[in-house]
Amino acid sequence: MYCVHCGRPDAEGDHSGCRGVRAALEPPRFCAECARRMVVQVTPVGWSARCSRHGEITSAEPTSVV
Amino acid sequence: MTAAAERTQHSSTEDVLAVAREQVLDRGTGLSQEQVLAVLELADDRLEDLLALAHEVRMRWCGPEVEVEGIISLKTGGCPEDCHFCSQSGRFPTPVRSAWLDIPGLVEAARQTAATGATEFCIVAAVRGPDARLLSQVRDGVKAIRESGNDIQIACSLGMLTQEQVDELVAMGVHRYNHNLETARSHFPNVVTTHSWEERWDTLRMVRAAGMEVCSGGILGMGETTEQRAEFAAQLAELEPDEVPMNFLIPQPGTPYEHYEPVEGREALKLVAAFRLAMPRTMLRFAGGRELTLGDLGAEQGMLGGINAIIVGNYLTNLGRPAQRDLDMLADLKMPIKALADSL
Repeated sequence: MYCVHCGRPDAEGDHSGCRGVRAALEPPRFCAECARRMVVQVTPVGWSARCSRHGEITSAEPTSVV
Repeated sequence: MTAAAERTQHSSTEDVLAVAREQVLDRGTGLSQEQVLAVLELADDRLEDLLALAHEVRMRWCGPEVEVEGIISLKTGGCPEDCHFCSQSGRFPTPVRSAWLDIPGLVEAARQTAATGATEFCIVAAVRGPDARLLSQVRDGVKAIRESGNDIQIACSLGMLTQEQVDELVAMGVHRYNHNLETARSHFPNVVTTHSWEERWDTLRMVRAAGMEVCSGGILGMGETTEQRAEFAAQLAELEPDEVPMNFLIPQPGTPYEHYEPVEGREALKLVAAFRLAMPRTMLRFAGGRELTLGDLGAEQGMLGGINAIIVGNYLTNLGRPAQRDLDMLADLKMPIKALADSL
């Protein structure tokens, strides 16, 4: 699995910058399955993020792949 | 004696807050650049007095109401400009990918915004200026929002405009245009090299002349000096904008400002109050970065220190705190939300 904020493997390296207050203001940018950069749309009350390989996740269902 | 020491000595003999009380609160005349600098150089133990005065000024010259706004990114990323703070510039290795919002998505975002009680909905695109495709999308979007029965006020932020484009936006019914000067004129070349501060100024002048409301502010925390912050406040005051959005830098991964430290909370509050004293009648809006810089408590202090407008919910590429939390805050502070009927 990959970090949705920096795209590096979850289990490798320093992810302290991906878990702070700053990261809480960021929607996911990288696919957790393959680390591809996702196309992200932020809306006034949520966000959606689409991976070309693994589909879309949303703030309503952040872990599901649509 | 240094200039700063001279100012400190001057302000101790003729206290800048006492001067501001008479000049700004009583007469409605904003502080000059030098006076704003004196405010920004006040010791931290004067912060409470400063915020209280700025709040009095806001209540006297703007009233108790708060304008609530939501914003949406119509076209995200891939921007040719090099604004060093921006994750949407195509020139920096940021994780933001290009995206276009379709019309149903735009209508839904406007609906979500109106549902919060907001009276203002700003459509934003990351571009140097709009091309025919973007203007066509905005035209279709505004029409679709109206046809959905949503009469929220619509603003746009589409970069630099030609006179023809200004006229077209007026014809669409766009009532306010946002184009931030971003920072002091003297600091702008350190922030953006692909266009000039003067080009932005020219767009704002055209917007004003065409009868649209002018919205222009910027971002604090981009390496500017205290003197440049005062310069920026004075330049905005000279523009006489209807609205000034105040952003605090959120250091964006991949941008040249990635490792900048966020503005310290007390400093941010001092800036809010100083900008209010420079522009007593202008709508002063809390925009991006307040969550990082001020947190919940600081946001309340800002609302009691000169702010009278707020962006609720998320921003363009960053998330905000839930809209309801801001609405609850306004209710706790007994600050009424400006009604749509008052905006039309």
